[in-house]
Amino acid sequence: MLRLISDNTSIKFIKLKLISFSFSAILSIAAIFAVIFIGLNFGIDFKGGILLEVRTSSNIGIADIRNKITDLNIGEVSIQEFGVDSDYLIRVERQEGTDNAQQIAVEAIKSSLDKAFTKDIEYRRLEYVGPTVSKDLVYDGVMAIVFAIIAMLAYIWFRFELPFALGAIVALLHDIVLTLGLFAILGLEFNLATVAAILLIIGYSMNDTVVIYDRIRENLRKFKKMDLNELLDKSINETLSRTINTTFTTILALGALYLFGGQIIADFAFAMLWGIIVGTYSSIFIASTILVYVNVRRTKEIES
Amino acid sequence: MLIFENWKKILVLTVSIFAIIFSLPNFISKNLINNTPGFMKSGEIRLGLDLQGGSYLLLRVESESLQTDRLNSIADELRIGMRNSTPRIGYKNLKVSGTELSFALIKNEDISIIKNVIGDIDKELIINSDNYTNIKVSMSEEKIKEIRDYAILQSIEIIRRRVDEVGTNEPIIQRQGDDRILVQLPGLDDPERIKRLLGKTARMNFRMVNETANIDEALSGRVPPGSDLLFELDERTGEKTIPYVIYKKIGVSGEQLIDANPSMDQNNQPVVSMRFDTSGSRKFGELTSKNVGKRFAIVLDGEVISAPVIREAITGGSGQISGNFTFESASDLSVLLRAGALPAPLTILEERSVGPSLGKDSINAGIYAGIIAIILVIIYMIVIYGIRFGMTANISLMVNILLILALLGVLDATLTLPGLAGIALTIGMAVDANVLIYERIREESRSGRSNIGAIDNGFKEAFRTIVDANITTLLAALILFQFGSGPVKGFAVTLALGVITTMFSSLLLSRGIITFWYNKFKPTSLNI
Repeated sequence: MLRLISDNTSIKFIKLKLISFSFSAILSIAAIFAVIFIGLNFGIDFKGGILLEVRTSSNIGIADIRNKITDLNIGEVSIQEFGVDSDYLIRVERQEGTDNAQQIAVEAIKSSLDKAFTKDIEYRRLEYVGPTVSKDLVYDGVMAIVFAIIAMLAYIWFRFELPFALGAIVALLHDIVLTLGLFAILGLEFNLATVAAILLIIGYSMNDTVVIYDRIRENLRKFKKMDLNELLDKSINETLSRTINTTFTTILALGALYLFGGQIIADFAFAMLWGIIVGTYSSIFIASTILVYVNVRRTKEIES
Repeated sequence: MLIFENWKKILVLTVSIFAIIFSLPNFISKNLINNTPGFMKSGEIRLGLDLQGGSYLLLRVESESLQTDRLNSIADELRIGMRNSTPRIGYKNLKVSGTELSFALIKNEDISIIKNVIGDIDKELIINSDNYTNIKVSMSEEKIKEIRDYAILQSIEIIRRRVDEVGTNEPIIQRQGDDRILVQLPGLDDPERIKRLLGKTARMNFRMVNETANIDEALSGRVPPGSDLLFELDERTGEKTIPYVIYKKIGVSGEQLIDANPSMDQNNQPVVSMRFDTSGSRKFGELTSKNVGKRFAIVLDGEVISAPVIREAITGGSGQISGNFTFESASDLSVLLRAGALPAPLTILEERSVGPSLGKDSINAGIYAGIIAIILVIIYMIVIYGIRFGMTANISLMVNILLILALLGVLDATLTLPGLAGIALTIGMAVDANVLIYERIREESRSGRSNIGAIDNGFKEAFRTIVDANITTLLAALILFQFGSGPVKGFAVTLALGVITTMFSSLLLSRGIITFWYNKFKPTSLNI
């Protein structure tokens, strides 16, 4: 049957560690800079504000809608085509004032658009989030990611001992930072679904890491005398075919979702695709390679 | 011979049949569903609001207004108490703002007496007096909680009645946190109407107009004591139009209405016909018979609907409310009156509404993407692992997906758009378990084991890795479920179910199929 990876690869992954570590370090620093200096493009979930998806008859353009809404004087408005060219996504910044303010602004927008375009406009989606809820959602989102990292750390520690957990966490942070960086650089909207995607990336990256760790542990027991670098390389190579095949099938599924799953889900699928690639890379080049520096053989469980 | 115990065979067959039967209702048309046996219908998946269209509203009950009401009446009692105290207690600047009542005493020595006066009104009040010129009274935490809990429970009841009046199917109305109510309304044609209905407290009463008062004086701020200055609103623009000075004393309360319906009066204008209960009828009869020729006002949430002149006593207990109604607003008011008043105003903190057309598009796109994902993965698996092992993984994958659908239906979970993404992702990750097993079989086979040994060891060695690796995804899903809201929760559910069904399909079903095939054909080469 077809082998994407030949049966007995012996790539010297550990030898590449200086290159891979500096590569990751540069990317991570760039990502952190991007997040700090470009910033994340937070959606209404986290910033509060109003989002409307409308379908119009073909003769209504962005400019027509923009004129009507800017007349209302309700702050910054962004309008973009969404999927097909008669669909628009309208975003309006959070309204200051009481919790009622968003609702009042929404009503003003709708009545103004209704008056101007009568039957030629259909509201497909309407969302608004007030300041209290957006604060809660930020808190929940941050807590979810923090808890996920702690849970993974605890799990790997419990199943594999501390040195493995440290390697896994560095890889995990690397994946999260690069994903945030991508969102900052491309200006993709960062919303609740993005947090879900990050959690999933955490899950997937760990999944990949655990498979390699499992093999490392098995080989540590089997080849007690083998040099650690050699043993790590052997373990990564043995699981390489699986790593590649699983990454491929997941990319196929997510690619289909990205291309055909509709506009709303596309960003989510895109974040996931990126995360899968980064996660696969980091389980080999970071999570496993870093074990060179934390002498894993000395752990009790493996000696006994 | 490869061994696959009988109990495992039975388990695999039972679960697979369960998956097929209970996922079936999701593939057939609505008409056919009605002809399927009742138990199968439970497999029908409930769609989230983002897929079937509908509104998600997060409301806050402004129960502070109840505290303000209570403090206002405490303020009235306090004034009387201080006046009646011997010697009389001098005070100034007594006012209620929000959830606090404050005033200043004239004499320092009154400070000990004032505590008794307040204690006589309500022992549970919290008195904060660092200085006799600055005394603050507020409610205890327990009392505030009690008021809030009451307001929430009562609001949920009233919201349910209002929503039921509009007739949406399967609304979900539940408390969330301290002071919030989550309302989910699937498949709503007119979310604006519901929002309009929920936006009104709908406290209505009938009060006499103070016709001796001078309107101009009242407008310049000198409202006679015992009266309020209220306005009639223009239905269409919402602007204040006619001012009235109206006695505070309530003639008849709207709580005593037992029915209200929109109808037309003799001039073909929309009106609301209403009917009082027995005691309301008596009060309304007395009020109207004593005041023939005078004006009375129908006041809703502090606004005058209309203030007609009483032409004759109305003793039958029923009447008509005329006003500047459209047929729509008359029927809205009827709904509000029938459902009753909210204890406190509601604010919408968050809304997410999806129109039915977008929901349909999302489902179609999701299913389309899912089918393409399945086809691509199926082809990939056959190319990489050959027809036998590839197809085994693919059959497992299909049963896996059916099982997720069946479980979603039977557990009454909600399938959302991110949930569909979760299923698509499971398609990609589900075969991972098979990949792990097959790669292990390849290795074992290479290291010189017999076919049986390779298969047996492949499953055995991969088992631990599969469990270890899948627990990480399960952990992520659980955390997501805990912290996520709405659609994201739906994603967590499908993901978690996906992990569990994957364990079944790869470790039991695939093994069953491979064992069956191997024992039947006894191939000399595994061809993997």
